[in-house]
Amino acid sequence: MIAEEFDAIVIGAGMSGNAAAYTLATHGLKVLQLERGEYPGSKNVQGAIMYANMLEKIIPDFRDDAPLERHLVEQRLWVMDDTSHTGIHYRSDDFNEAKPNRYTIIRAQFDKWFSRKVREAGATVLCETTATELVRDANGKVIGVRTDRAGGVLYADVVVLAEGVSGLLGTRAGLREMPKPETVALAVKEMHFLPEEVIEQRFGVKGDEGCVIEAVGTISRGMAGLGFLYTNKESISLGIGCLVSDFTAAMESPYALLDAFKNHPSIRPLIAGSEVKEYAAHLIPEGGHKAIPKLFGDGWVVVGDAAQLNNAVHREGSNLAMTSGRIAAEAIVHVKRRNDPMIRRNLTLYKAMLDKSFVVKDLRKYKDMPALLHTNSSNFFTTYPRLISQAAQNFMRVDGTPKIEKEKATTAAFIKARSRWGLVSDALRLAFAWR
Amino acid sequence: MTIAVTKLRVEDKLFQNRYLVDPGRPHIKVRPHERPSANLLALTHVCPAKCYEVNDKGQVEITADGCMECGTCRVLCEPSGEIEWNYPRGGFGVLFKFG
Repeated sequence: MIAEEFDAIVIGAGMSGNAAAYTLATHGLKVLQLERGEYPGSKNVQGAIMYANMLEKIIPDFRDDAPLERHLVEQRLWVMDDTSHTGIHYRSDDFNEAKPNRYTIIRAQFDKWFSRKVREAGATVLCETTATELVRDANGKVIGVRTDRAGGVLYADVVVLAEGVSGLLGTRAGLREMPKPETVALAVKEMHFLPEEVIEQRFGVKGDEGCVIEAVGTISRGMAGLGFLYTNKESISLGIGCLVSDFTAAMESPYALLDAFKNHPSIRPLIAGSEVKEYAAHLIPEGGHKAIPKLFGDGWVVVGDAAQLNNAVHREGSNLAMTSGRIAAEAIVHVKRRNDPMIRRNLTLYKAMLDKSFVVKDLRKYKDMPALLHTNSSNFFTTYPRLISQAAQNFMRVDGTPKIEKEKATTAAFIKARSRWGLVSDALRLAFAWR
Repeated sequence: MTIAVTKLRVEDKLFQNRYLVDPGRPHIKVRPHERPSANLLALTHVCPAKCYEVNDKGQVEITADGCMECGTCRVLCEPSGEIEWNYPRGGFGVLFKFG
């Protein structure tokens, strides 16, 4: 075991941990990073879309060698009922720019690459090592971690908790609460492999172009949830997630939901003939601004999913993770340069910097959204999708019914399902939560 | 399609995954109980790897071999002490090839 003391120990080699470890190491700090998986990425699950801007701020020339799948030129949002989808598509050739904005990635490959960069920057990365406990001094300051390897405590001035949504250390030490069933979604995902040219044909893309489909509606059976389909180079990431509280109340099985989603007449032809090579599950922080725990204390900071830094409305997570990891590291570097101790008073700089970033600003904007969707899930995920489908079909189907009657029937269906007051109230609540 | 979706069992899905099982050291344990709580019972449906099952005495048991370490059972049943939850030892457990 390593008997030396480090400037910082980073727990976890996911997006936030790698961003933190890389930034700390490039600024000359002595960094140890612990990862419980066999290799970085072996425990990590994401959809996965990676936002270039936030990685560029850490590794400007990442495009030279990072394993990227496709850059996204088209996004589809589908509202689904059992047999239909009503969609908004946005596609632009502007996304075929020299430095594209968003990419699909495969996390096991991407994280291996990111971890290589961390090591090249000078950090020590120790895999197959589960950190089991934070170690504190007599004053309660975190001074290191215990692991499941033989040997004593690993010491550092500061510990960066990048341990993910279900991180053990911070919750066990009482630094933050465990996620609650209503603040986390359980998502399941399969990797469907298809020849490159089949994917290009089915989604109308060429070369490295990619397409995203995100879907809400009866696919989540009245629960607050989202289905997704992301095109990779020669595979499709396909999954669905709902709040754990909703799964529990409904006693639904995530794999049954996933299979029904795959069998939906709008999805089935897109994955026909594919070979499934992996089935994964993961929790996603959904509590938003109100669920963010205390972000720092004596000898510790928390970043990424462990800090619930996830924008569920925009389905952004890894960029918030990377940014919080980078900012936490920059704050630590700043404190270190002043030769100040890594205590609460000094690490408050991390929160001050994070508050000024898009991370906290975005989460604050949508602070009321999780509660709205959680309390109103059957309306937003079943009633409205059915009504929208009926309205669209009513509009498309030419059957000799006068148009005025069709319009009246559509309006009547909405009022019958939700009442005039209900419709206005839902619209207002959504507008206020969005504002 | 190469998969028969109608009769697809979750065991077949888990078969795609790579695991390194730590023999004799399950990382999750269910505390002995007479009657399972609603949350513990819900795990027999909600656990994405179907690790939890009701035995013939009406108690919930776990076989953690197929666990994907998502933490759902921890969120539902660790605070009440109904399960004892840990991550597997370093290097063991699920090993995602794609993630």
